[in-house]
Amino acid sequence: MRANTRPGTAEPLRNWQEAVLSRAVRLSGYSAIVFVGLIFFFLVREGSPALIEVPLADLVGLRWYPIEGHFGVLPLISGSLIVTVGAMAVAIPFGIGTAMFISEIAPRWAREVLKPMVELLGGLPSVVLGFLGILLLSPFLRQALDLPTGLTALAGSLLLAGIALPTIVSIAEDALDAVPKSYREGALALGATRWQTMWGVTLPAARSGVLTAVMLGIGRAIGETMAVMMVTGNAPVLAVQLGSLFAPARTMTATIAAEMGEVASGSVHYHVLFLIGMLLFLISLAVNVAASAVVFRQRTRAERVLS
Amino acid sequence: MSADGRLRRYAAGGGRRILTQRLGFTLLTLTAVATVVPIILVVVYIVIQGAPAISWEFLSGVPREGMRQGGILPAIVGTFYLTLGTAVFSVPLGVAAAVYLAEYAQENAWTRLIRIAIINLAGIPSVVYGLFGLGLFVLFLHLGTSILAASLTLSIMTLPVIISASEEALRAVPQAFRTVSMSLGGTRWQTIRRIVLPQALPGILTGVILGLERAAGETAPILFTGAAFFLPRLPHSPLDATMALPYHLFVISTQVPEMPIRIQYGTALVLIAFVLGMNLIATVVRSRARARRQW
Repeated sequence: MRANTRPGTAEPLRNWQEAVLSRAVRLSGYSAIVFVGLIFFFLVREGSPALIEVPLADLVGLRWYPIEGHFGVLPLISGSLIVTVGAMAVAIPFGIGTAMFISEIAPRWAREVLKPMVELLGGLPSVVLGFLGILLLSPFLRQALDLPTGLTALAGSLLLAGIALPTIVSIAEDALDAVPKSYREGALALGATRWQTMWGVTLPAARSGVLTAVMLGIGRAIGETMAVMMVTGNAPVLAVQLGSLFAPARTMTATIAAEMGEVASGSVHYHVLFLIGMLLFLISLAVNVAASAVVFRQRTRAERVLS
Repeated sequence: MSADGRLRRYAAGGGRRILTQRLGFTLLTLTAVATVVPIILVVVYIVIQGAPAISWEFLSGVPREGMRQGGILPAIVGTFYLTLGTAVFSVPLGVAAAVYLAEYAQENAWTRLIRIAIINLAGIPSVVYGLFGLGLFVLFLHLGTSILAASLTLSIMTLPVIISASEEALRAVPQAFRTVSMSLGGTRWQTIRRIVLPQALPGILTGVILGLERAAGETAPILFTGAAFFLPRLPHSPLDATMALPYHLFVISTQVPEMPIRIQYGTALVLIAFVLGMNLIATVVRSRARARRQW
């Protein structure tokens, strides 16, 4: 019997190739960590000087007027908040409702139509939505609500709702789909109607996934830039009461996008804009960590129940 | 209480419950309709309003008269270059990272950290990517506002989409394929290269196209890294700034007074045709692969 059938000459070369490729693949695997680190590093590097250059009391002030050296970021934060809250007031009920419809009620053909449609909305560039917001939505709002201008936080909220919807619908729908069929069958067998089953059994069973969907939707809304910048009127006023929804507002993202092109790099204004970017980065980090923590908790609970 | 009475009460309750269900279903149906109808209207409206502007001159000419006349070729070509540049950097890196996660990585703390990093990359606001690109590529690496700097910025933004989709596609390939290949003497890399990657290719391709579609439509990341307000010629090198469709639409709808509405809708139509065309290709790739798949 032949002891060795391996082609001996090719072997070292193959090993060498294999080692190089494996190493390259491994390095690529770690690239995501490197990039998150790099992004944070550059935001801190360019943004932290602002903390020294501008007194803290001014930074948390109520006036954003960079030309005269007023860098109060509260109006921008409140602008982002009110636009996002308005967007969620629309996107959460419609998003979860649509997800419930697709996953629990819709006949097969309707599902086949709805899912690509929602994906389509997710693919529309936000600048296109902003463009239609300027031409159609804001004139409509001005007339319908009899406002001095249609370029308001409300217009931004409505567009943001459209932008957050695909995220909410698709993730919530996945979560509802993942609920075992036996849960529903059990409820139906006990005499519940399909409606009672949906609300009493399926939705509570999927609640962590639905919560994740909502949080990622909020993340998308806070981070959205172009559509919001185009329709909110960009007035940096503190938005504290409900009426602010019907007045112009300015978000953190829109401020960066609108002003970064015109500042000298290295100026105080430049550093403050990076500081706002850092704040946005930390907010998105918090939202995403919270969203994945919910998923993780759900998994451990499921494991406990099943064991 | 008599059995008869109880039954009657139950029946009445049942009627109410059925009524509630019917109302509820109607309400949810209306919700779904209210979500989807505006999407269709938006697309149809842009097609109707934009179609009259589309002509050979519009698609192949340069902007004239302060962009109020002429065509949008530099913006179309610019978006094409940016998309291509994004693909050059993000596809090899993203697919390699997915191969690592699906084929090499053990479930340990480092791998969890990689996954958290990917989720966070996906959640970072696009304008923050713009800031990062400005800080690293434009200023620190002295690439200037250029196609190269913008493409690099867009690639990092696209990376999480490509990694997640590719990893899912790789994991969907049955384990038996790998076992058979290795038992026939294939090395790990040969198995990945010859067996796993080809099988996962359609899934990877779909993810890549969807990621690039998002990059093509983005404005905020290229605002300060590569987009030119007005540059009525085609870019000569990767170090040139360039016009791009999304930024051009932003410019002509907010920054240029007395802009003819026809050209604005025409530009919007070309942009969504570009983006939705990629979406369509991805859908076709996916459905054809699904039909042909043997496992």
